[in-house]
Amino acid sequence: MFRKKEWIAMLLAGGQGSRLYALTRKLAKPAVPYGGKYRIIDFPLSNCVNSGIDTVGVLTQYQPLVLNEYLGNGQPWDLNRINGGLFALPPYQKSSGSDWYRGTANAIYQNINFIERYDPDYVLILSGDHIYQMDYAKMLAFHKEKGADCTIAVLDVSLEEASRFGIMNADSEKKIFEFEEKPKHPKSTLASMGIYIFTWSKLKQYLEEDEANPNSSNDFGKDIIPKMLADGQNLYAYPFEGYWKDVGTIDSLWEANMDLLDPKVSLNLYDPIWKIYSRNPDMPPHYLAESAKVQNSMVCEGCSIAGTVDGAVLFAGVTVEEGAIVRDSVLMPGCTVKRGAVVDYAIVAEDVTVGEGAKIGERPEHIEDKDSWGVAVIGEKVKVSPGTIVPPKAMIEENL
Amino acid sequence: MNKNILGIIFSNMHDNSLGELTDHRTMGSVPFGGRYRFIDFPLSNMVNSGITNIGVVTKSNYQSLIDHIGSGREWDLARKRGGLYVLPPFSSSHSGIYRGRLEALAGIRSFISTQTADYILLSDCDVIANINYQEMVDTHISSGADITVMYKRMPIESSDLYETTAFELDEQHRVTDVMIGPQNKGYYNVYENVVIMSKELLERIIQETSQRSQYSFKRTILQGSRDRFDIRGYEYTGVSMTIHSIHGYFKANMQLLDKETRSSLFRPGNPIYTKIKDEVPAKYGMASRVVNSMIADGCVIDGTVENSIIFRGVKIARGAVVKNSIVMQGTTVGEGASMDYVMVDKDVFIREGKELKGSNTYPIYIAKGSVV
Repeated sequence: MFRKKEWIAMLLAGGQGSRLYALTRKLAKPAVPYGGKYRIIDFPLSNCVNSGIDTVGVLTQYQPLVLNEYLGNGQPWDLNRINGGLFALPPYQKSSGSDWYRGTANAIYQNINFIERYDPDYVLILSGDHIYQMDYAKMLAFHKEKGADCTIAVLDVSLEEASRFGIMNADSEKKIFEFEEKPKHPKSTLASMGIYIFTWSKLKQYLEEDEANPNSSNDFGKDIIPKMLADGQNLYAYPFEGYWKDVGTIDSLWEANMDLLDPKVSLNLYDPIWKIYSRNPDMPPHYLAESAKVQNSMVCEGCSIAGTVDGAVLFAGVTVEEGAIVRDSVLMPGCTVKRGAVVDYAIVAEDVTVGEGAKIGERPEHIEDKDSWGVAVIGEKVKVSPGTIVPPKAMIEENL
Repeated sequence: MNKNILGIIFSNMHDNSLGELTDHRTMGSVPFGGRYRFIDFPLSNMVNSGITNIGVVTKSNYQSLIDHIGSGREWDLARKRGGLYVLPPFSSSHSGIYRGRLEALAGIRSFISTQTADYILLSDCDVIANINYQEMVDTHISSGADITVMYKRMPIESSDLYETTAFELDEQHRVTDVMIGPQNKGYYNVYENVVIMSKELLERIIQETSQRSQYSFKRTILQGSRDRFDIRGYEYTGVSMTIHSIHGYFKANMQLLDKETRSSLFRPGNPIYTKIKDEVPAKYGMASRVVNSMIADGCVIDGTVENSIIFRGVKIARGAVVKNSIVMQGTTVGEGASMDYVMVDKDVFIREGKELKGSNTYPIYIAKGSVV
């Protein structure tokens, strides 16, 4: 027996995140570590729980091992429920064949049976690629108040940025009359955040129609939303104010980490009623030695620091030896930076060893040709031999 | 370990030795090492030794303990088969608030009888160590002893003599003498308050002693029944810190600043589990200066910290200086305040510019929730 739910969430977590290159070679983008102890998916999951949603289907497809292991039974997010809870939903074989998820809409279509078990009035569609804190309950209240068939959360971006997003053109009542995907000449600056609330009966109807259309790419942004608009359905733009960051590229992932060190950034991880939950490491508090110099940084449990750390985000169990320098960088769990090594403007993935005297990345002020500068990335478990120099913008996946 | 073992942890033993720290909590729930409570050590040790059936005996002031251990999930003890049992005092005409270990055990006699264990391992919460009990269990079984007690050979200062129990042993590790509160300082085989025996023997001992109103396990059994039972010592040679006094508590925390101690207590394969608080990683400001210190999650540090243990969620404002101190969870140290040799309990507010100075031998203690 399943009790009826007013709403449930479906979280699209199957994306490869190909623009994160080495970082997503073996794990899905939502599982990418962020912010010293989190993974990206902690943000939408915590938002769900904090908004009062107790049933979340997580649609997985690309490299699901790490993600599945991380999600487990949903306990870290309080989603190990008797009635509802967290469910990983990979594509599966059916009596009439089997199919990968062919697009965002198709992924939901293939899970209509899952959704129907809860008989929800509304379905919240989320993606696992964004860092933000949002009360979806307020968005649902807006959806109901407007009598909408679909509500799309939008962020007011700058005019220059607008051509990178799906842009909603809405009237003064926030009713959407036009949707443009990455317009060259944007008419508005309301960018879709990839967060949708649908009235379920309506969405189901459109998913079934979309599936029957052989020319459709089965995508919410490309197919479902334009079709609903064309049919004159009630689509509304829900304005969100606050920090929101797509961490789909190396630069944006690095920036999003650095934002945590910037007191002007409005993301508030310390809000006691809006905690971001995660799987916590069983490690002792970190230790700063006599020779340590740590400033303007975030440091997680289990770290041991004897060197200099400035403007860095250090995940659990990172070691920075005496005489080593880590600046403006992100070091994921279990990294070791040996004596005399320097790490500047880099993202270093899990369990990397940077050998003595090695040098990773470069400070932009030391580079004349600005185009050759960028954040350096070291892929997981890579061993960088002593004295090796890794240039800025490099993408290292093999031992050096 | 193929024998079925029941673990029993006494959360209230030694409450008196820590004075104000245990005014509002049990010995087991005394904060330690930046994010732990004493009970995390015996609990994690048992779990890491394969003991997954554990009773925690409480007596008084155990709200904080229950809050901390909850269902036992963080120790992987929220189980259908076995798991964690919190055993509050069971009061009736012939039991009630117990005076000693034997009476405490008498109070949980019905719990013990329903367990299918072959052996019972008893532990207090006053020893901080990362111990695998497996070897002790194996030694107990192969030696054929009735009772095996854990000891560690170490020097005892005169201030700690009163709380010390020490053994003399023969070549077969048989306990030949038991001294409770020896007179002179020096090296002793110090009882670590960990005991193993068969369930059947423990039940017999409870039966016999409760009839005679005997309550002290140490005096009645270890000291008084040496001729009746084959009692042997098992030597623990690893790092351990026994907490006998407030000063000992201060020293043990400070010992965590020593690398050897840390690496012996916190081993990746044998983690010490504790309650999760989902805190943000610690954040250091532009002007922070922190050396030789342990800092837990959730801290925001803008001031100076030296030779200190800082618990979860502590805020140290710009210009504040914290030296040689223990600052517990949720405390705020205001701008320009300074502290040297101070133990600050939970949720304290130290006002701007306040100066507090204790000494190595007499660190100042600030009670939970105070505003200074």
